Amino acid sequence: MRRAATAALLAFFISIPLWVANLYVLHVLIVTGIFTIAAMSLNLLLGYTGQLSLGHVAFFGIGAYVSSLASLGFSVHLAPDWLVTLGPQPVWLAMLWAIAISGFCGWAIGRISFKVRGAYFVIVTISFAEVVRLVALNWDELTNGPMALNNIPPLTVSIPGLIEFSFIGKVANYYLVLAAAIVAYVVIARLVHSQAGRAMIALKENEPLAMSVGIEVTRYLVLSAVVSAAIAGMAGALYAQYIQIVDPNIFLFIYTVTMVIMVVVGGKGTLAGPIVGGLIFGLLPEGLRSLQIQPELQWVAYGVMMILIVSIVPRGIVPALAHVWNDRVRAKAGPAEASEAGARQAAQ
Amino acid sequence: MNGNSAAALSVDRLSIRFGGVTAVESMTFEVKEGEVLSLIGPNGAGKTSAFNAITGYLPAAAGEVVYRGTRLNGLKPSRIAALGVVRTFQKTSVFAGCSVLDNIRIGLHLQSRQHPLAIILGWPSVAREERRLFEKAREVLQFVGIESRRDDVASSLAYGELRLLEVAVALAAQPTLLLLDEPVAGMNSTETTDFMKMLGRIRALGVTVLLVEHDMKMVMRASDRVVCLNQGRIIADGPPAEIQRHPDVIRAYLGERHARAEG
Repeated sequence: MRRAATAALLAFFISIPLWVANLYVLHVLIVTGIFTIAAMSLNLLLGYTGQLSLGHVAFFGIGAYVSSLASLGFSVHLAPDWLVTLGPQPVWLAMLWAIAISGFCGWAIGRISFKVRGAYFVIVTISFAEVVRLVALNWDELTNGPMALNNIPPLTVSIPGLIEFSFIGKVANYYLVLAAAIVAYVVIARLVHSQAGRAMIALKENEPLAMSVGIEVTRYLVLSAVVSAAIAGMAGALYAQYIQIVDPNIFLFIYTVTMVIMVVVGGKGTLAGPIVGGLIFGLLPEGLRSLQIQPELQWVAYGVMMILIVSIVPRGIVPALAHVWNDRVRAKAGPAEASEAGARQAAQ
Repeated sequence: MNGNSAAALSVDRLSIRFGGVTAVESMTFEVKEGEVLSLIGPNGAGKTSAFNAITGYLPAAAGEVVYRGTRLNGLKPSRIAALGVVRTFQKTSVFAGCSVLDNIRIGLHLQSRQHPLAIILGWPSVAREERRLFEKAREVLQFVGIESRRDDVASSLAYGELRLLEVAVALAAQPTLLLLDEPVAGMNSTETTDFMKMLGRIRALGVTVLLVEHDMKMVMRASDRVVCLNQGRIIADGPPAEIQRHPDVIRAYLGERHARAEG
């Protein structure tokens, strides 16, 4: 049942470019997909480990800048007479660097801020994102500042003598983002269904009890931050090579807020939640725009929808749907069987 | 098993302070391998504080806690758990949003080492470990007798079952010394009897038990030895029958007049 639904959903996403000819629609889907990956990464930290990172866009932006800089090459003075130069790297290598360095930043932020959790972690992550934005804005020599990094090359896969393929155009990028989303999903799913993921969930549920059975708090909080930041960095790198221009506005707070909304509305702590939330809030602004009403009213409608969803299903859309589904299963099956089946589903 | 008289846990002149208030003053006692030792005393006597200090949740102001030759002072709770010293909490404490099975699997944390990279890459060793953990979790649930609730969310359990689940989570961590903080508080007599039976089975496994409990009937029946605390100090230490008749104990619980009448 579950397997069949997953296969059907995958087939649907794979088939989209076959029947959607409108390139603008594909563009919207690609950007939505990239932000959905970022939301999935945030969900690992927020939904499973229970830590709110309000600077999550920092990891996304770092991923974008690292992959852009590595693929364009740069030379920068780290001291007046110390010039560091890096020639242009292949884009796939640049993207791996982006993932690694974002992950490292997640590790550093985790080490520093998980000693003080809760509100302090939120503040540290906000400050981190703001500091990174200011660095990107002011370190002209490296980042071009507000002039942005331009002409970022697209991802090219080449096996010498066999194939050489560049992800140029909407269709190719659509499949690239879809593949990346599947990888991110599988990584997160494997993690949360393992010993490490259960340790993270245990820390969210009951930290003193988790410690009493031998779970090392910092280790698993940091692991969660590293994986989360690395996946966000991958999303950022995909964004950079697709849009081909990166400026400091990528670090704007509103992007973090969008990711949080996607996770919370979809259902934090569920694998499908950020995907549902990501699709809704990625596509909604475009859907409202097509209604051809005034822009102010579009945003009012956006806000009203958000408030409505959050007040009707405070725990998110996916948990609410799961609940409805369980009730139906219970109604169909015999009473004894049903309570068991329902509880089993609820537990998942 | 270990010799009867060997001390598993020794608490030596342990003091615990909260600001200027002394919760525990120079407490000294030993728990021998394989015994059930109860820590009793009126409310505020410092029992739970002592528990917290032994298991690393509170810093000791002075004194030493040693388990099987390892000094526990200053170690993190997770490290102390890895040494085999596992506790339960006074207020019912489970992973409420997780299934009963997952509660146990979390409890089994120390029994498995899965490398994060192996998990992410989906190595077969991880799947093997998971199957092993599942079997172990079932054994623990069978032992405690709540296997029928395996797939239910912990928050849907009845009170007595919740308290059993708490102990099951602690047992999953495979303690050699189990510290139970008022495990039967709030239970009815049937539930208490069931709990006593389980405590017997835990003993049979060779687990040493340190018990804090207010239910005197249970304390007297379950323990090999009783230590009585009052206002942060130990006032009596001996077998249950002796403690019941000890004038200082009676004074601590019932007041001066009763003590004279009894004595």
